[in-house]
Formats: sequence, C-alpha cells, structure tokens
Amino acid sequence: MKVLVPIKRVVDYNVKVRVAADGSGVDTQGVKMSMNPFDEIAVEEGIRLRESGAAKEVVVVTIGAQAAQDVLRTAMAMGADRAILVKTDETLEPRAVANALKAIIERENPGIVSMGKQAIDDDMNATGQILAAKLGWPQATFASKVTVSGERAEITREIDGGSATYGVPLPAIITADLRLNEPRYASLPNIMKARKKPLETLELSSLGVDTAPRLTTVSVAEPAERQAGVMLNSVAELVEKLKTEAKVI
Amino acid sequence: MTALVLLEVENGAVRQASRSAVAAASAFGSVDVLVLGNGAEAAAQLPGVTRVLHADALSDALAEPAAALLAEIASGYTHIVGAATAIGKNILPRLAGLLDVQPIPDVIAINDAETFVRPIYAGNALATVRSSDNIKVITIRGANFDPVASEGGKATVEAIALNAASNVTATELLSVNLSTSERPELESARVVISGGKGLKDAENFKLLEPIADKLGAAIGASRAAVDSGFAPNEMQVGQTGKIVAPELYIAVGLSGAIQHLAGMKDSRVIVAINLDPEAPIFRVADYGLTADLFTVLPELKAAL
Repeated sequence: MKVLVPIKRVVDYNVKVRVAADGSGVDTQGVKMSMNPFDEIAVEEGIRLRESGAAKEVVVVTIGAQAAQDVLRTAMAMGADRAILVKTDETLEPRAVANALKAIIERENPGIVSMGKQAIDDDMNATGQILAAKLGWPQATFASKVTVSGERAEITREIDGGSATYGVPLPAIITADLRLNEPRYASLPNIMKARKKPLETLELSSLGVDTAPRLTTVSVAEPAERQAGVMLNSVAELVEKLKTEAKVI
Repeated sequence: MTALVLLEVENGAVRQASRSAVAAASAFGSVDVLVLGNGAEAAAQLPGVTRVLHADALSDALAEPAAALLAEIASGYTHIVGAATAIGKNILPRLAGLLDVQPIPDVIAINDAETFVRPIYAGNALATVRSSDNIKVITIRGANFDPVASEGGKATVEAIALNAASNVTATELLSVNLSTSERPELESARVVISGGKGLKDAENFKLLEPIADKLGAAIGASRAAVDSGFAPNEMQVGQTGKIVAPELYIAVGLSGAIQHLAGMKDSRVIVAINLDPEAPIFRVADYGLTADLFTVLPELKAAL
C-alpha cells in the first residue's frame, strides 16, 4: 500500500504576521516559511506506517510555487520516498486544492491519504474533508491514533468531550491532530540523501481541474488590540479588583 | 432565503454553540434545523426555528452519511450553518465537497448574506470574504454570537428519509471515551481557569480544581500542558483547540503563545498569573500578578 501525504508551505508558526498596509492580505515578504506543522505530523505518520510494514511507499505532494519544493525536500529528509510538485503561482482555496489532489490520487492510487487537519495560514480545516467527499472515501479527521491492519484502519479521533475510536475501511483520508505523533528531525545525512530522491514537477494547468476561487477577499484587518492592563501586587488586591472593578466574581 | 442549521443535542439539551448557530443563521431568513439522533423535542423548542428535520438513525453523527443527507436536502436552502465544533468541522466541509462549494469556517461576524468575517493566522488577522457560491456552507464561532434561548419556540418536527445517506461507504463508531466532569463545558462556561507548563506536573495541575469549583469555572489548558500529559486533549484552549470567550479567564503558569491567545483573547476580563514578567500573556491581561503560582493558588483558594 502507498501513503500519499499532501503538504503545504506556510509562514513559520513562530512568526507573528503583519497585515499589509493596503489591507489586501498579510505581509509574507522576507518572512520565514516552513512546512505546515500539522503536515509534518502527517508525514511522520506516513513514514511510521511504512516502517511498521503497513505501507510500502510514502509519496509527498505539494501545490504551490517553485519555492515550495523546499518543504518536499524536508519531507524526503524525514523519510518520504519521493515527491511531486504541482506548480502554480496562484493561491488556491481548499476546494481547488482538493480538485488538484483528486487528480493526483487517481494517478497514484494510495490506500491512505495522510494530511494535516488544518493549515496554520488560512486556518480552514477543510481540504481533507472536501477531498474525501469528492473521492467518495471515508474520512477520519483530527486523528490522534492510527492502527492499520489490511484493508482497514482503527483510528482514534479527538472530539469535543474526549476521544472516540472508529473502524475505517480503506482507502480513506486521515487528517492529523497535534497528538498523533511527534515528528522526527531530519538528520544531516538524511538531508543529503533527500537531495537525490526523485522530485517530479508538473504544471497545475496540466491536471485540467477547476481551481477557480469562490471567495473574494474584501479586506484583511488587524484584530482590535486589548488595552494594556494593570499589574497587581497581591492576591487580595486581585480578588478585590475582580469583585468591585471588573464585577466578574 | 432559508438557512438550515446542523444542530447538536447532548443529553437532551441543545448545545450552546448550536444555539449560537441558530442565532447567527437567523440573519439569513427563516431557520430550519437538522437533528441527528435523539433531541428533536429539544430542538423544536428553540425560538426562531420553523422546522426540525429529524434523522433518527444517524445518532453517531458520522460525517459520511450526515454530509450525504445534507447534500440531498441542500437545494432548498441558501445557507447551511453549523457550529465550529468537532462535529461541525467534520461534517460541513465534507458537505461543501459534495456540493462543490468552498466552505467558510469559523465565521465571527456576518456582514450580509454573502460576506463574512473570519480569523486567519491564529487570529492575528481578520479576513472579510465574499462568497460567490449559490449555497453558502459556513461554521460559526459560538463565542461571537449570543445564543438563542433553549425554550419558547414551537417548531414542527418531520422525520427525514435517508436515501443517499444509507448508501455511503462510512466509518463505523467503535467506542467513545468521554471525560466525565461536573464542571461546565469549556465553550459555554462563564469563568475559565487554564493552566500551563508552569504547573510542572499532572498532580499540581489539580491545584486548579478547588478554585474552579469555587468559581463554577471550567478548566482549560495550554498546548504545552496537554502535550506534557498534565491535562487531556479536550481541555486545550487555542488556535486548534477550544475557542473560549468567558466573562473571566484566569491564566495560570502559561506564557501565552500566539496559538493559545488565539483561543481566549476575546474573553471579557483576563487575569494572568506568571512568574516571568516578560510572559506575553501579560500583554493581553487586564490584571497581572507576577508571582509564584504555588504561593498564589492556595491564597486565591482561601480568598474566594
């Protein structure tokens, strides 16, 4: 079985983004970019499935500009076997990404698509679910544990009140939550080796899928800043303030 | 225009987040609701609801049949709305995939029937987006919309046939592991007290409990505290955990990473207790106390 892992290059999670002065979006010029943290977890899970013998090959795919190949190299340095860059300079919505991924999946025939539950730039938490719908596949979102045996997986999902475990017929889409695993660091020898692993590049237009946007961004604004508060010296003062000033207790 | 709200009923009561979704959906016109499993009676009492559609057999809220059912009835609606809960985030984007529309998750304000405001980059920017889709599929953040009351309405209840829903390849629910707690739900609690890594271990994390009990508060946690095993995953507050906006939020021994702030900075009053005066949590706090939490917590317990 093959595991396909779609990944996204995003503004690094440690960067506090700034809204562009013209309100058209956020400033990404010169900002550090990295693999979406949830996607690292999804890559790690794919590699572990191969290491356990449940999968034979881990293929990573990203849809983005030429520069996005750096996250594919990172994934291969972690242990993915090969990579596909679907090249476009457009920013795609999850619906469009799902259409492109569907075309890749129909070519690659993976048994599991392991992907991050959410990209930390647009915070959509939607691509996996849309893709599953378009393929007619079952979905296990927000996964915290995956066990595969043959044509079936047992997957624990994080839900609002705790967790729940599901039987999932394969092929299926799995979206990774934070505690599915701890992604490994790529060692220097593996980073060197990853440079020689196959990376296929194809143009998004060659897939012949609908990637037109359905949303227009009217504006992007900074959220209202909170007023600076006061520093207190004692618990007694705090309780007093909460009772008489804030009136919340 | 008519909106359909995917409603969540728990232990016979409509979840507060769902009542907020009903309130939000009323901006679009009349409101119908869909109930999966038990709870049609509770749903029928919500003010402002016209019809309750009831799919008794889908009590496990599995995404595959639920989305198939919604897709089948979607053409009668201009908006399909859910709360941005684990269930809403699982089912509604799948529905969007079936309808070939782009979902609009985590809406915090509705400007008009096609224009919505939603946070991006962990809430560090707010995007206003306009949708050109015929049917808008949206999830709303409960904290940003005052919920409708639990009673006062009188909607009709109709059972709904499961044509498409009974024919999908679906996951199967094997077991559920819910944490049992007498405390209020995080997202609807009036007071939340959250702990971070500063509590040092799971045993110390329990120091929050007597204070939570005195305040009638829910207990939350930072990602670091959950990752370290001090608290279960469902307690995590932040960008990818629970989004809360209580009257009072008390942050104990947590630094306030941007991912955590994304989940609580809309709280009305924020208290931060941290030994490190440089901790970013103080920048959003109304009241700050630079002190050792192991001294502060017993004092606070005694003072309340």
